[in-house]
Amino acid sequence: MRHDHIISAKQLSRADIEEVLDHAADIAEDPAAFADRHANTLLGMLFFEPSTRTKMSFMTAMKRLGGDIVDMGSVESSSVKKGESLADTVRVVEGYADALVLRHPMEGSAKMASEFVDVPLVNAGDGAGQHPTQTLLDLYTIRENAGFDDLTIGIMGDLKYGRTVHSLAHALTNVDARQHFVSPESLQLPRSVRYDLHQEGAEVREHTGLEEVLPELDVLYVTRIQRERFPDESEYREVAGQYQIDSDTLESAKDDLTVMHPLPRVDEIAHDVDATDHAKYFQQAHNGVPVRMALLDLILGGEA
Amino acid sequence: MSGDDDQQLRVSKIQNGTVIDHITGGQALNVLAILGIDGTSGESVSVAMNMPSDRLGKKDIVKVEGRELSQNEVDVLSLIAPAASINIVRDYDVVEKHRVERPSVVVGVLECPNHNCITTEDEPVQSRFAVVDDGVRCEYCDTIIRDELPAHILAD
Ligand SMILES: [Zn+2]
Repeated sequence: MRHDHIISAKQLSRADIEEVLDHAADIAEDPAAFADRHANTLLGMLFFEPSTRTKMSFMTAMKRLGGDIVDMGSVESSSVKKGESLADTVRVVEGYADALVLRHPMEGSAKMASEFVDVPLVNAGDGAGQHPTQTLLDLYTIRENAGFDDLTIGIMGDLKYGRTVHSLAHALTNVDARQHFVSPESLQLPRSVRYDLHQEGAEVREHTGLEEVLPELDVLYVTRIQRERFPDESEYREVAGQYQIDSDTLESAKDDLTVMHPLPRVDEIAHDVDATDHAKYFQQAHNGVPVRMALLDLILGGEA
Repeated sequence: MSGDDDQQLRVSKIQNGTVIDHITGGQALNVLAILGIDGTSGESVSVAMNMPSDRLGKKDIVKVEGRELSQNEVDVLSLIAPAASINIVRDYDVVEKHRVERPSVVVGVLECPNHNCITTEDEPVQSRFAVVDDGVRCEYCDTIIRDELPAHILAD
């Protein structure tokens, strides 16, 4: 990897992506071979907002590489509560750790923080901005199930605020993918993401209903529509209901459609989908460990 | 004497200050906003709007007595009036004349309109916008500003 800091999916070339995914596949094949890879390595965990799964996934990845973690703990119990700047916090913690993982509620926080430290910093989500390691595990799951060639993917739900969607859309411009975006009009892709997709010459279409595009899809990536995005409950109910799927919805889909979701889900994927061959969201979540192991190994100086 | 110079004479000559010529037609008031001029602080300012121009079709001209522009001001000005020329006048003579250049980034000049952007917090970081095709883009949160640039100029 040429990059020390992993801030945005935009910085990852096709070659970078393939390097991480190939390495993750090697690790998944024989995890024991990597168990002592980074003994004595400490990963600094800076989570300024709760994210149990992402945090656990990074902790697991580091420990499976033989290293350990140092954890800032919750914001409530830390110096941040006393008004310390993020720039100061990362400069202090870099003295304790060999690499940092940052989750922060504000957009651009990871980029700013990376400008103050010399150890590698991984963005684990910055507000509605980017979540590049989620994207890497999404891509791993897509490649495993549908491949990267001649791929037609539908991305459905809250496309405006969903950082996993923004990161994924950027990354998919690097592979031969047709992207269909399905959302209510009020939650369509933001201006900056459209701008990038346009600049990249990506093949993109936008829809308000899933049915017109579902039969063409190899992958359907579902995200949650959050209640707090709507002024009142009834408006939310009306919209959210249109973007839920169940096993009946999937009748018109290809037999080998892969259904993904970054989790946690609420009710956008009915439980009767879980038992179908389409459901890959738990596999997707599990892929977070080998993919993050691969990424950490590469940025900590491991040989792929 | 070219046609443009003729028209420039229609607005009064200034003794010391700046003449900004070849402003994109209709942008003069935004130029004043960028310079922080609203008439309350007493500068003598002349504005000509939508004058015929060979190069631009229509152009605006702004003359400000007793004021030379900072590089930051020129950078932002270039974004809304890319063809503008800046003439520094001393004792009724143009002593310097230069075209604005569109910078590739503007640093510390604009405030990001995204209230959830880290550059709007009390952090030791300056705002940084990349200049893109039809606007500017925050290098931290990716927010794009197009038409409403003058509204986001940081106070000095
Ligand atoms: Zn910003």
